[in-house]
Amino acid sequence: MAESQLYQGLRAYALIVGMWVRSTMAYRTSFVIMALGNLAITALDFAVIGLMFSHVDALGGFDLAEVTFLYGTSSTAFGLTDLAFGSMERVGRRVRDGTMDTLLVRPVPVLAQVAADRFALRRVGRIIQGVALLGWSLAHLDVNWTWDRVLLLPVMLLSGAAIFAALFVAGAAFQFWASDAAEVQSAFTYGGTTMLQFPPTVFTTELVRAVTFVLPLAFVNWFPALHILGRPNPIGLPDGIGFAAPLVAVACCALAGLAWGAGLRAYRSTGS
Amino acid sequence: MAANDAAFIELDAVEKVFTVRRRAGWMRRERHEVRAVDGISFQVPRGEVVGYIGPNGAGKSTTIKMLTGILVPSGGRLRVAGIDPSKERTRLARRMGVVFGQRTTLWWDLPLRDSYALVRRMYRIPDDRYRHNLERCVELLDLAELLEVPVRQLSLGQRMRGDIAAALLHDPDVLYLDEPTIGLDVISKVKVREFLREVNTEQNTTVLLTTHDLTDIEQLCQRVMVIDHGRVMYDGSLAGLHAVGESERTLVVDLERELPPIEGVPGARTVRVDGARQWLAFPAAASAAPIVAAVAAAYPLVDLSVREPDIEDVIAKMYAERSG
Repeated sequence: MAESQLYQGLRAYALIVGMWVRSTMAYRTSFVIMALGNLAITALDFAVIGLMFSHVDALGGFDLAEVTFLYGTSSTAFGLTDLAFGSMERVGRRVRDGTMDTLLVRPVPVLAQVAADRFALRRVGRIIQGVALLGWSLAHLDVNWTWDRVLLLPVMLLSGAAIFAALFVAGAAFQFWASDAAEVQSAFTYGGTTMLQFPPTVFTTELVRAVTFVLPLAFVNWFPALHILGRPNPIGLPDGIGFAAPLVAVACCALAGLAWGAGLRAYRSTGS
Repeated sequence: MAANDAAFIELDAVEKVFTVRRRAGWMRRERHEVRAVDGISFQVPRGEVVGYIGPNGAGKSTTIKMLTGILVPSGGRLRVAGIDPSKERTRLARRMGVVFGQRTTLWWDLPLRDSYALVRRMYRIPDDRYRHNLERCVELLDLAELLEVPVRQLSLGQRMRGDIAAALLHDPDVLYLDEPTIGLDVISKVKVREFLREVNTEQNTTVLLTTHDLTDIEQLCQRVMVIDHGRVMYDGSLAGLHAVGESERTLVVDLERELPPIEGVPGARTVRVDGARQWLAFPAAASAAPIVAAVAAAYPLVDLSVREPDIEDVIAKMYAERSG
């Protein structure tokens, strides 16, 4: 049952996404302009860091290649999730205006429908930027690439994307109760990815603890990256903690799934 | 399956209670309960068309939302085709069609044709069924020129027809229509009613519809349920509703000349006189023929017409009856 539910969800997701992509491609020029615009904005975002390094040699003890590595991993993980789940912040509006009803009467999981709703392919811009920066940093990093470090890189990107996805889903679930809470969600998702682009050493240990034990964003890229870069953990956790990222991701997704289910059950619809 | 047919839709003491928080001064919130549906029980056999009527806020939409699995009931037992809607929402969704008069289930930015193609794949409708059903909908609901138009550019009547087609492409066993003719022009209303009647007779589709339009009920429904304050106030035929509500039809007669109010017609009384025209009220359940005959026998009759009672009046009278 659970598996067929997952299959149904993925199938519906692919159907709806496919339809939106086709409909986007009907206006190809407009899509290209939007995608380029998206890429330009994310490129400008990184320019800020480039500018900083024209004045200093290191940020919190991390050199340009290392910071770029953090930036690239955070941006790639977030970009993947933003592409796949970015439409979920619309849940609050659907709850407010009652259009959530129309999703509930269809024979496919609601989560797949809201995630795929108005799928915006232009968001690949951020992934392209993230992967490009990651590639550049890999070429310039001074790292001893042992097998565990090589393995940890893809694991980190996927776990990071999954942790962000859990945040998107949990944030959307919260909107069943507080339908105007999309900004709260953005603070954690967009805010979180910006924070993770910088080394943990520039933040207070209290903040690093909070994003380890309360909202485990530190597992998106900080902890795995520290292991790859051969850096000590800023809050004294063992060096291998980076390998816990997939476990943390699974736990986050399970919790987010429960929250989503509870949100759906609590859904009260509107008057008419 | 056959076991389900007598009680295809089955509600047993179903309740829906909403907790509403209200501001009661600075920082203080008062919680109080609203019983939107307060112990409703009924059964609908397969293939029946039921009109579900009542004033705004009576609990009609809430009932439909529980039947479709959108809302979880607070109490009682609810089954549609043997399925508990809130537990197996997606399984039931394959077998039901839903039309909300107030909002579309179609994709706002997509042309109708794309919406339908997506519906086909979501519901896994076999190719031949899909083609057959789409052709029929396009023909009967007059959609041919609308297929390439994005939903947001359709008028309310066009969108409603598009929505009804979308709800029927997968041959649902049960169809819920929440105000399907609201805001439609006369021609669209006639089309929609004809189409629904045909679907019901051909496919034995069970239909539950809410409406404010008495003509919808007269032309479509074998059975009427009146809901108010979350309870079933009446469940039976339309004629029976008229009898219970003591509603009256009106015979409007045009005489040759101005005359004193018509008298001596059994079962009717004159309620208004305006020049040569007179209005006679008689019970809605009674036949107009003997009254017309009696008037024609004694008075110089030029023309006549019969006016049906208004659904709101019928219900209002019914309430007055109960509380009085």
